[in-house]
Amino acid sequence: MQFRRGISLATERLKIPMSKQCALLPIFSGLVVVLFSAFLQAQDINTNLGKDLLQSEIETYAITVFPDGTNLPLGRGTVVQGAALYKNGCSMCHGSRGIEGPAARLVGQDGWFSLTDPLRVLRIKQYPILLISVGGLWPHATTIFDYIRRAMPHHAPKSLSNNEAYALTAYLLYRNGLIDEHATLDRQSILNVTMPAQARSAFPRGSDFVIE
Amino acid sequence: MSKSSLKVAAGGGLLDRRSFLLSGLALSSAHAVASSQSSLGESFPQWMKTPGGADLEYGLPASAEGHVTRQLAENTPETSLFSMWHTPIEKQRGIITPSGLHFSVNHNGVPDIVPEQHQLLLHGMVDKPLKFDIESLLRYPMVSNIRFIECAGNTAQNAVSFNPLNLGCQELFGQLSGAEWSGIPLKYLLNEAGVKPSAKWVIAEGADGGSHSRSIPLEKLMDDAILALYQNGERLRPSQGYPMRLLLPGWEGNTNVKWLHRLEVTDKPAYSKDESGLYSDILKNGKIQRFSFPMEVKSVITHPSGNQVLPERKGFYEISGLAWSGRGKIARVEVSADGGKTWAQADLDSPVLAKSLTRFRIPWQWDGTPTTLLSRATDEQGRVQPTRQQWGDKYASYSFNHYNAIQAWHISRDGTVENTYV
Repeated sequence: MQFRRGISLATERLKIPMSKQCALLPIFSGLVVVLFSAFLQAQDINTNLGKDLLQSEIETYAITVFPDGTNLPLGRGTVVQGAALYKNGCSMCHGSRGIEGPAARLVGQDGWFSLTDPLRVLRIKQYPILLISVGGLWPHATTIFDYIRRAMPHHAPKSLSNNEAYALTAYLLYRNGLIDEHATLDRQSILNVTMPAQARSAFPRGSDFVIE
Repeated sequence: MSKSSLKVAAGGGLLDRRSFLLSGLALSSAHAVASSQSSLGESFPQWMKTPGGADLEYGLPASAEGHVTRQLAENTPETSLFSMWHTPIEKQRGIITPSGLHFSVNHNGVPDIVPEQHQLLLHGMVDKPLKFDIESLLRYPMVSNIRFIECAGNTAQNAVSFNPLNLGCQELFGQLSGAEWSGIPLKYLLNEAGVKPSAKWVIAEGADGGSHSRSIPLEKLMDDAILALYQNGERLRPSQGYPMRLLLPGWEGNTNVKWLHRLEVTDKPAYSKDESGLYSDILKNGKIQRFSFPMEVKSVITHPSGNQVLPERKGFYEISGLAWSGRGKIARVEVSADGGKTWAQADLDSPVLAKSLTRFRIPWQWDGTPTTLLSRATDEQGRVQPTRQQWGDKYASYSFNHYNAIQAWHISRDGTVENTYV
C-alpha cells in the first residue's frame, strides 16, 4: 500500500515503514503536521496489494450471463428433456405445474388470482412469495438459464450441465407459452425469446444511474 | 414536578419533549435499623454475600435476557430455501443492533467459508484484473460508519394484507438493523484495477451456494460503498457475510451482497434473479419498477408497539422509536397520540447520522381512553412518509417491496397495543 506523493515521499526519504508513521507525528513541527493533513485530504489513496487475476481464473468463475447473450456457453436442450428433469428434480419444491410452491412460482402471471388455481389465495397466505412469477415478472430468458445453472436445484447448486440448464430453461419457457413444445434451446435461440415482462419494465424517475 | 406543570404539545396527552418526567414510583426512605448483633448479610441479597462466578472469554447476554432473540418469519425454514431472521427491535434501545441480533435474509443458507481460501475477484472492464486475499485486504485503509440495513420487504404484511394482521414490531419491522460497519472504500480497489471510462455497472456476486448476485451502478461503488470486514468492532458474523460483504449505505438489503467473492465491471446490468423478480415493485398501472435501490424515509414507534400491554392506565410513558432514510439524515419525527388529528415533534437522540437509524422520543400521558399512536418521519431532503393510502395509490395491491407508510398502533382501553391502519 502506498499513499501517493506527500506521504510516500516523506516515508521513503526517512526509510520508515508505514506502520511507524503515526509514532513520528509528535516530533514533526506544527507546520509539517499541517502540510501532512493537507496532503491526506488532497491526494487520492493509491493501493497496490491486489494480485494479477489470470484469464483462466476469470473463465472459471465469471458465470454471469447477460441479456444480450454475453457469456452464454455452448450446449443445447429440448423442452422434452427439460420436462423429465423438472419432474424429477424441481417439482417437489415448485409444484408439478410450477405454480403450487412452496418455492417461487415459475409459471403464469403475477398477482392475487389465477384462473387455473382456485386454492391460490390460500397458498399465498402460506407462501407469499407465490404472488410473483418468473413467467410474469422476469424480463429476460437469459436470467432463467443463469439462475438455474448457478443455483438450482436448491440442495445441489451448480450440479447441472449446460445442456441440462438449457433443457430446463426451455421447459419453463414452454410452460409459460413462450416457445413450442418441440423447441430446442441454445445460445442462439434463447435470444429469440421475448419475455412479456420486458414491455412492462419501468425505472425510478430521477434515478442517478442510466439503464442501457 | 406536578402533572399540571407539564406542557402539553398535542392532543391525546403528548407532552412537550423537554418535559421532565417522574414516574409514580415513590422512593422509599425507610430502612432497617441495624442492631449490634446483626451482620450486614441479613438484609443483603444472596449475590452480594458470595464471591462472583468466572467471567467468559466471549461475553453473553444475561440469562434472564435469553428471550431476546431473532425470530424466523412465519413459514420460512431455518436453513434452506428462503429464511428470514427478524431483529427484536422492540426490545432494544439506541441505534445499534448487537451483531448476533442483526436481521438476516438468506436465499440459500449460510455458507461455511474457509477464510484463507476466500478471494475477492475484480475483473471485467478494468485495465488490470485483480484478486485480493483477506490477509492483504486487512492491510488496506478502512473507514467506519454507522448505517442501517433494511430488507426491501420489511413490513410487507402491511403492504399486502387487506386487514391489519395482529403482529408485533419484530414480525412487521424486524428486517431492519443498525450497526457500525468498518471496511475498505470500494473505490480504492476499483481505482487499483483501473476502471475503463465506458463502465457503468458492477455485478456483485456472493460465495454462497446460490451465488447471489446483484447489478450495482458503478457510481454507488465509487461513492460511499465499502467492502465491510468488521461489524460493531469485530469481524463479520457468518450470517452477515463472513469474511466480507458489500455495504451499500441506504440501499435495499439484498444489494448488500454477503460473502462477496466477485465484482465484474460492465456497461450493462445482468438482470440477475432477484433484480428480475422478487426485488422489483409492481406499480398500480401494471408496470414493473426495477432497480429501485434506496430505502425511503420511514419510522416506527418501538415503545410501545404491537402485542405489548401498557401496564398502567392513565400513566406516564415515554414513546420511543426509530426513524431512518436511505437518502440521508432524518430531519424530524412527528408523533400523534390521537390518530393523526394533531402532531407534536419528538426529540431526536444524538447522533443523528446519514443512512443510519435515528432514535426519537417524546413523553406521553395516557388518559386511559382508546387511541392510536402514529409516527411520521421527514428526511433532510424534505421527503415525508406517505400514508398507507398514498403508498397504495402507487403500487399494485400485491406489491410488497419498499413499503414505508406511516405506522399506526392502536391502544385499547386495557392497554393492549395492536397493529392497525388509519
